[in-house]
Amino acid sequence: MKILLNNREETFEEDSISVSRMIELRKFTFRMRIIKINGVIIPAEKYDTTIIRNGDNVQMLYLMSGG
Amino acid sequence: MRFLQIAAHLNKFRAGIAGAGGLGSNCAAALARSGIGTLVIADFDVVEPENLNRQYYFTDQSGMYKTDALRDNIRRINPAVNVISHNLKLDENNIPEVFAGCDVIVEAFDRNEMKQMIVETVQSKMPGIPLVVGSGLAGYGNNETIRSRKIDDTLYICGDESTTAGDDLPPLAPRVGIVANMQANIVIDILMQKKSASRS
Repeated sequence: MKILLNNREETFEEDSISVSRMIELRKFTFRMRIIKINGVIIPAEKYDTTIIRNGDNVQMLYLMSGG
Repeated sequence: MRFLQIAAHLNKFRAGIAGAGGLGSNCAAALARSGIGTLVIADFDVVEPENLNRQYYFTDQSGMYKTDALRDNIRRINPAVNVISHNLKLDENNIPEVFAGCDVIVEAFDRNEMKQMIVETVQSKMPGIPLVVGSGLAGYGNNETIRSRKIDDTLYICGDESTTAGDDLPPLAPRVGIVANMQANIVIDILMQKKSASRS
C-alpha cells in the first residue's frame, strides 16, 4: 500500500498495518508524539487497534520539552 | 495593508495562551504589540529569578504570579488589549472552559507531557479551533533548524522538533523568542484570514 506520511508518499509491503506496526517499521522511537490519520488524532492507547490503509494521510509530530 | 488596518482587524479576535513561561510571555507580548483584541492567559506559576533568562518578566516581578505580572507588562505595552487571566493549572477538563470563545490557542507549556495533553484535548474537545504548538527550542545557535509547519487547518507546529531542554541544554532567550514569535506570526496569519470572530 501507499500512504502519505508527513506529506511524502511512502510504500509498505503490507495491505494494511496498525499504527504500532508503522511506528516499529519506520523506527519512530521517540515516545512523545502526536499522530493524525486523515485529520483525526489517534490517542496512544489506540495505536494497536487503529489500522492504516492504502491512501491514508498520516501526519506525525514530535513534542519536545522546553518553553 | 497598513499597520493600523491590521491592528484594527486583529482587535476583533481572542487568542488563548496556554502557559505564561518563555513561549507564552513572549508570544503574548508580540500579539499585544500587533493589536490583538483579547488574550486569555492561563498559568499557575510565579516569576522566579531563573526565568529571566528567557521569559518576558523583570527583576522586580520576582514572586508575582506570572498571570498578574504578564497582565501588567501587556498593559504597559498596549493598554487596549483585554487580558483575561486564569491562575490555575490547565488540564484536559478545564481547557475547553478556560479557552471557550478563543479563535486560536497557543500551546506554551514547558513539559512535553503537557504539550501532548493540550494537543489531544483541543483536537478532540474543541474541534475546528486552531492550536499553534512550540516543540524544540533548547540551546543556542542552529537558526536553520527552527521551522514551522502546518499539519492541517487546526494544528501548526513551530520549533526544531528535535532538541529537548535539560540541564545541559537549557532554553535561552534567543531560540525561545524565535519560536514564540513564530507562534505569534502564525496566530496573526490565521486571524488575518478570518473575517469575523468565532464566538457570537
